[in-house]
Amino acid sequence: MTTTEKTAAVSAPRTPEAAGSPLLQVRDLHVEFHTRDGVVKAVNGVNYSVSAGETLAVLGESGSGKSVTAQAIMGILDMPPAKIPQGEILFRGEDMLKMTVEQRRRVRGAKIAMIFQDALSSLNPVLSVGYQLGEMFRVHQGLSKKDAKAKAIELMDKVKIPAAKNRVGDYPHQFSGGMRQRIMIAMALALEPDLIIADEPTTALDVTVQAQVMDLLAELQREYHMGLILITHDLGVVADVADKIAVMYAGRIVENAPVRELYKNPAHPYTRGLLDSIPRLDQKGQELYAIKGLPPNLLHVPSGCAFNPRCPMAQDVCRTDVPALAKVADGRGSACHFWKETLHG
Amino acid sequence: MPDKTTVTPSSVAGAGPGQTGSGVDVSAPSVAAASELASMGGVNKPRSLGQDAWRELRARPMFWTAGILLVVLILMAAFPFLFTGADPGHADLRNHYLGDPQWTHLFQEDWFGYNKQGQSVWARTVYGARASVIIGICVTFAVTVLGGFLGMIAGYFGGWWDALLSRLTDIFFGIPLLLGALVLLQAFTHRTVWTVVLGLTVFGWMQIARVMRGAVITQKQADFVTAARALGAGNGRILLKHILPNAIGPVIVVATIALAGYISTEATLSYLGIGLQPPAISWGVDIASAKDVLRDAPHVLLVPSTFLSLTVLAFILLGDAVRDALDPKLR
Repeated sequence: MTTTEKTAAVSAPRTPEAAGSPLLQVRDLHVEFHTRDGVVKAVNGVNYSVSAGETLAVLGESGSGKSVTAQAIMGILDMPPAKIPQGEILFRGEDMLKMTVEQRRRVRGAKIAMIFQDALSSLNPVLSVGYQLGEMFRVHQGLSKKDAKAKAIELMDKVKIPAAKNRVGDYPHQFSGGMRQRIMIAMALALEPDLIIADEPTTALDVTVQAQVMDLLAELQREYHMGLILITHDLGVVADVADKIAVMYAGRIVENAPVRELYKNPAHPYTRGLLDSIPRLDQKGQELYAIKGLPPNLLHVPSGCAFNPRCPMAQDVCRTDVPALAKVADGRGSACHFWKETLHG
Repeated sequence: MPDKTTVTPSSVAGAGPGQTGSGVDVSAPSVAAASELASMGGVNKPRSLGQDAWRELRARPMFWTAGILLVVLILMAAFPFLFTGADPGHADLRNHYLGDPQWTHLFQEDWFGYNKQGQSVWARTVYGARASVIIGICVTFAVTVLGGFLGMIAGYFGGWWDALLSRLTDIFFGIPLLLGALVLLQAFTHRTVWTVVLGLTVFGWMQIARVMRGAVITQKQADFVTAARALGAGNGRILLKHILPNAIGPVIVVATIALAGYISTEATLSYLGIGLQPPAISWGVDIASAKDVLRDAPHVLLVPSTFLSLTVLAFILLGDAVRDALDPKLR
């Protein structure tokens, strides 16, 4: 990409046409794991979409299916035991689930890249970071060792690693946690992908470093005009950077909304519970709020709405009927029989 | 440059009032600081796993003991004429059983006396090292390549590959190395060093395969493998660049220790008359021919067997040292 093209891309306003044809669309995706104890339905009909330059935050507890969805998009699920019985993952309109293994491999890293939670274990301990960064160019672009190293230094500068030139030969354990995560970001950015999936990129970091890494990520996203899927369980991280949020529970999206509206006025009891459980400074001395009960066992998901055993608003209908994602407003939906009451209550 | 640097400490220490005005003195500390930085950079230079292991090895007396023994042994195998001027094949029946070793004749032909054929025991022992070393190293290499490859395939691809290869490993594990090699080598009427290498390799690869399979399975689940896959690396690259360097440690350890076993197995086979055959010179062959005269001329047996034991000991010590160096948990 030349400089002029890049500036053009950055300065171009988000046209309705671009918004109409998103970069990535996940349609009715189902993922199940076949285990000895039975079939675990980890993802049950998830729909979401991301456009270029947009940040979608996928929020949920562990086991809600948020990471599995991401792995399905990347094509790095172990199949078996995983299985995708139905659904589509459209990248620029093309269904990735129908691609050949080799086609998918070419997309990975080059078009869609992923940032993992634990940078230390996600970097190979016996290879220098320079080698691992350079590997991106050698695999996808066939650059020579020397050129790849130069590119690696460039990338390390880009993610603001001090004295990149001197540190390019260092091994992962010689970097601090924040620096390692920067290197992971650099690897993901290497080939200027259209979409980055960040799976809890700041969970393993100190709070002070979290903000730096998130800022860097947001800055680079703006610069490259990439789509970003941010998977997290941290509501604080989401508020600053995300454009829209999808809240997942037991393998389904229970609410999706633009970030401000969701924070201001959640339309699903689960989202409300999550927001209420954020500790607040002005309520010192009070007991912290927690959503009662435990996340469901995915082998035995409760009938009806999966959240009903924990829901303060549950009625009989919640125990029998699975609520569909009802349209609350434009670009906003809630899978609750009583979304109206939730929204206004 | 060195002058300036050596001057600096005094000029800094004596940051005297009289010296502050001099331009040379002001620049000198900065030069020193720069060189200090450079040398610190040298100290902090990143070390690879191999370099770490080497540092660890260097500090161990066990490693040096084994190392010295092995250097002597390998020199003996490569350049036997450095150690003895005598021809190991030359037989002079006048020296038949000339027992008493001539302890004062260091490195001479008759240092350790003569055997039944009147051949120099010392010369035969020196020349016998070659067969042992070649067989030990070649079998270890072949076994590591073969077993490592099969173990890698089984561990990485899993499923049918694993089932098939693991059962094959189990089957071969059921056959003792010595017995298997004995039966196989018997089929060859003319046996050379390479025949023995083949025999030991065919029945010796299983342990490496198992160790490799286990190590690959462990590494396969590492996050960095998922990360590499997510960034578009193919199977070959993941296996060779990401998994293999992390899985090779235990294999090297097992291989080094096993090397000693192959050497003693070769001696055993030769002793039983199934390994190398005279006129080939090998410790096993010499031990075999010495067994009948043990009471009259024990030195004919003792010299080659001592060298055999020392060699085996050296490789086992080396294997132990390498294991300690490569496994950070044992540090």
